[in-house]
Amino acid sequence: MSALSLAVRDSSTMLRRNLLHARRYPSLTLNLLLTPIMLLVLFVYLFGDVMSAGIGSGGGADRSAYIAYIVPGILLMTIGGTVVGTAVSVSNDMTEGIIARFRTMAIHRGAVLVGHVVGSVLQCVLSVVLVGAVAVAIGFRSTDATVLEWLAAFTLLVLFATALTWIAVGMGLISPNAEAASNNALPMVLLPLFSSAFVPVDTMPGWFQPIAEYQPFTPAIETLRGLLLGTEIGYNGWLTMAWCLALTILGYLWSTVKFNQDPK
Amino acid sequence: MTTLAIAANGLRKSYGDKTVLDGVDLTVPEGTIFALLGPNGAGKTTAVKILSTLITADAGDIHIGGHDLTADPQAVRAGIGVTGQFSAVDGLITGEENMLLMADLHHLSKAEGRRSAAELLERFDLTDAAKKPASTYSGGMKRRLDLAMTLVGNPRIIFLDEPTTGLDPRSRHNMWQIIRQLVSDGVTVFLTTQYLEEADELADRIAVLHDGRIAAEGTADELKRLIPGGHIRLRFTDPTAYQSAATALGEVTRHDESLSLQIPSGGSQRELRAILDWLDASGIEADELTVHTPDLDDVFFALTGSAKVPTQPNQPNQSKENVR
Repeated sequence: MSALSLAVRDSSTMLRRNLLHARRYPSLTLNLLLTPIMLLVLFVYLFGDVMSAGIGSGGGADRSAYIAYIVPGILLMTIGGTVVGTAVSVSNDMTEGIIARFRTMAIHRGAVLVGHVVGSVLQCVLSVVLVGAVAVAIGFRSTDATVLEWLAAFTLLVLFATALTWIAVGMGLISPNAEAASNNALPMVLLPLFSSAFVPVDTMPGWFQPIAEYQPFTPAIETLRGLLLGTEIGYNGWLTMAWCLALTILGYLWSTVKFNQDPK
Repeated sequence: MTTLAIAANGLRKSYGDKTVLDGVDLTVPEGTIFALLGPNGAGKTTAVKILSTLITADAGDIHIGGHDLTADPQAVRAGIGVTGQFSAVDGLITGEENMLLMADLHHLSKAEGRRSAAELLERFDLTDAAKKPASTYSGGMKRRLDLAMTLVGNPRIIFLDEPTTGLDPRSRHNMWQIIRQLVSDGVTVFLTTQYLEEADELADRIAVLHDGRIAAEGTADELKRLIPGGHIRLRFTDPTAYQSAATALGEVTRHDESLSLQIPSGGSQRELRAILDWLDASGIEADELTVHTPDLDDVFFALTGSAKVPTQPNQPNQSKENVR
């Protein structure tokens, strides 16, 4: 068997194992799904009137305009939440004796991590679809997205999920236990709150605006917004691509180095 | 000449300034059971982790199944099976799923994997529990599943790190039987244990690991021959009786703190009778008399016990020891 087909085969075996875990113990995934759905409902139904007035969309208390505004952010936030679960499950996994067993077997070295990454990206996609369905149910509509734009939006979500997942895997690897992993991965759920997800960046204090504007979530949110709702994308598309690429490479290198170190 | 399954030369490993393995040489011929014996913290697990490619040694030349471990760890991995001290099963999935996972990772075909899994589950008496999550298994069942998973793909060299620690006597005897069976199929077994009885029971050769060095190596009988034969132990409660007996008997080993005397003896009926007659003739009345035949415990304590043991090498890091 060639090295590549060996890598693919072992990685897909590991993926099957992770999906089996997720299917058998769905509570972690469901818990993480609850946060974005709660936020969506909370912001739309409780704060929606004030918020939409605040951002001046359509002048009056137009709730549907605010739904449109926050859904892209909520979708990316869903990814952030899902990868927290990835960090936790990687950390859990590393404390299991079975990982030591894998290390003493003639399997592709990267298979364990690749299995986690692919599994996490699939979970992200599934979660985004579920949260997206809730959004549509409470009134979200894409205004003018073409098939190509839908495709681009999907690609964006997958790339963003991959980038955050690799970082989360690294976070999971350096965490001694599930609690630590969950703490270390906190930026993944906090960063969207400091982005343009709920309010435009230019309504924030001046000193904070550059931070909010250039952190990974804001460009991704703006790009998704542009693709689904036809707003201005500008340089955000390239910025998003750059972030995804940088985080993926960084997370990959970090995780691989950590995984290849002698276990304690 | 027999082929060596495991050959390690000058194995060294330290964590920070703590030396765990300090120049260990090991050779294990194919098809034999080798036991690495030592107290907790002697470095047994570290040795297994290095030999099974889990961690890297600081120094040393290692060949497993003819492959150089440093140059080609994947070739080594292809020929070995490892059951660590802490159960290496996936608790979240069932016993059967664990077995099929191993079959997949050994690149067996679907049919072959199912057959091998069913066979091993049957052999390890796990068929009834096959559909239950491994986390619900008892300690003994987990160990059996662990070993069953190790055997998928028919490894020729098996490492077992304390395979019976924490098992009840019945499960332990079961495990012994399983290990003996493996070797009868020509597999080489490298096991660690802190139980002398276990090493005596199973191993063709035993090495005693102490303070990161091999203190002694040989068959159980060879090791037992290393220390003087058995003895009869007389214990007194009255210090004066102890003193006068010690003077009267002359050539005996004295243990002043416990008020006991050791008289060398092979433990045969005739020898015992002679000693009893001698004690009577000398007017000695001990409060307790026990006959002690040499076993691996004596070897173990003699080799790893106190500083007076002559075999113990002069440690270069003695100053560190003093500080502690």
